[in-house]
Amino acid sequence: MNFSPVNIMGTMPEIYLTVLGSILLLMEPFVPKEKRSWLGLFAIASLIFAMIATFGLNGKGLPLYQGLYIVDPFSNFFKMVIYTGTIITILFSLPYLEKEDIHVGEYYGFLIFAAVGMMIMVSAGDLITLFLGIELMSLCLYVLVGLKRSIHRSVEASFKYFLLGAFAAAIFLYGISLLYGASGTESISGLAAFVQNPGALKPMIIAGMILTMVGFAFKVSAAPFHMWTPDVYEGAPTVVTGFMASVGKVAAFGVFLRVFWVAFSANKDHWTWLIIMIAILSMLIGNIVALVQKNIKRMLAYSSIGHAGFAVIGLLNPSRESLFALMFYLFVYLFMTLGAFGIVLILRRKGVEGEEIQDFVGLNKKNPMAAFLMLIFMFSLAGIPPFGGFLAKFYIFMAAVHAGFTWLAVVGVLLSAVGAYYYIQIVMTMYMKEPEEVVEFMPNRMEKFALFLTAAMTVVMGIFPLPFVHYIETSLAILVP
Amino acid sequence: MVPLSWYVALSAFLFITGLVGVLIRRNIVVVLLCIEIMLNAVNVNFVAFSDYLHLIDGQIFVFFVITVAAAEVAIGLGIIISLFRLKESVNMDDYNLLKL
Repeated sequence: MNFSPVNIMGTMPEIYLTVLGSILLLMEPFVPKEKRSWLGLFAIASLIFAMIATFGLNGKGLPLYQGLYIVDPFSNFFKMVIYTGTIITILFSLPYLEKEDIHVGEYYGFLIFAAVGMMIMVSAGDLITLFLGIELMSLCLYVLVGLKRSIHRSVEASFKYFLLGAFAAAIFLYGISLLYGASGTESISGLAAFVQNPGALKPMIIAGMILTMVGFAFKVSAAPFHMWTPDVYEGAPTVVTGFMASVGKVAAFGVFLRVFWVAFSANKDHWTWLIIMIAILSMLIGNIVALVQKNIKRMLAYSSIGHAGFAVIGLLNPSRESLFALMFYLFVYLFMTLGAFGIVLILRRKGVEGEEIQDFVGLNKKNPMAAFLMLIFMFSLAGIPPFGGFLAKFYIFMAAVHAGFTWLAVVGVLLSAVGAYYYIQIVMTMYMKEPEEVVEFMPNRMEKFALFLTAAMTVVMGIFPLPFVHYIETSLAILVP
Repeated sequence: MVPLSWYVALSAFLFITGLVGVLIRRNIVVVLLCIEIMLNAVNVNFVAFSDYLHLIDGQIFVFFVITVAAAEVAIGLGIIISLFRLKESVNMDDYNLLKL
């Protein structure tokens, strides 16, 4: 057994962030309460360093630690997205924690650990690493959701998330144990080699595959495993909701894609129908149940279920085109979701968060800037040109058509039109009605920067996507050691 | 020697016991225990397969599962305690502020 320093170099960003997260946890008692925001700025600076380190690994394909951990362009792309999303989340949380009076120093530590968990997920070359990454992310998120310990809703959401998350993890593990029993290997590439034998498709492999799919569908909150999403998204502090809905989901899609495209590409026929079922159910539930929601966080939760449905269509056909479509979709989705949650968390009615749709009535009269930014995010989520959301949906449906699922693309477009109704309804309430209640919208410098960044990215991805298209095209390689 | 299928059957039985328990029991702590039963069913499976296939990595996985389960219980009990402080009850039906 030989161990080369390449292993350490390749995982430097993860090691660095783990050490940093521990330092953040330890530093917490020594930093006075009013200086807590320094911890956040420190975390941002370190994420930028880690980003540079990951950038240095660009274009390389390294199977590290005997294939347990894989650094390839695909995982580097997802890590970049995770860094960006985490930085934007921290920018939003610095003023938010002040306003909500959450003085928990561990917050940034947990955020960094959750990000490390996601990075491990997208680079996992083995089901052990994958499981540990998923659990690291989930355990941190359980705590973050219950951050407002005195608020009943927050703790209840945390409890529900924990219970259902642990339940899904157990089902996922049972699936892994069946796969291991059938194939005798836990590495993703080993599974792929095993599944390729014509005689390998025992019921055990199929059962294991279905159970792991349940676990992933839970993590990306796709129907019929979406039940936790609206409750948890509503109860959690809004910054954490934004983080889970955007970054967490992107990472979960990354690992979903790697496992199903690498390990199970040989028995594609067995899972295509399951994916189609998940996609149609998610699009139906996400876009139709959202119509009747009164709370904007619940509405965005259903919208995120619907978006999971659209993105799952990209998993159907393991081809370069689908991979590109899915990566582009997730990239745009990150910015528009974070931005929409950003508006919700800055909006305040009499000192509490304005999270009812009622609070958006006539926002344009009071605060044209907030209304306009919300309009960008809503139109983009609805998939209306010229915003990024349109192009993302377009690529996904094109990939589906080229893969021979024209009817599914038609269903998707129809349901996306249904979904556009409730996004546009919000824009209508903001622009066409007279304001009733006193709603404040006072972002500070950091929030402004984060909002403009997300809005600018949403627009630029729609009208001038070429630089990003080039970047994603260089990241289309999944390494199979 | 006990054949492999017995172990797999035991594991499936444990897993289904836990699964049904999570779905029908209303006491929060019992539900947490049922999740632990499910995780241990997984461990039985791994050890049995590892022995049968003469491969050690299944048993390594078991260590990770045990560790993660311990961490999960620590966090879960923490959440349950903070929930109990707000409303002194361990019955799941009392926690319905968010519509499920």
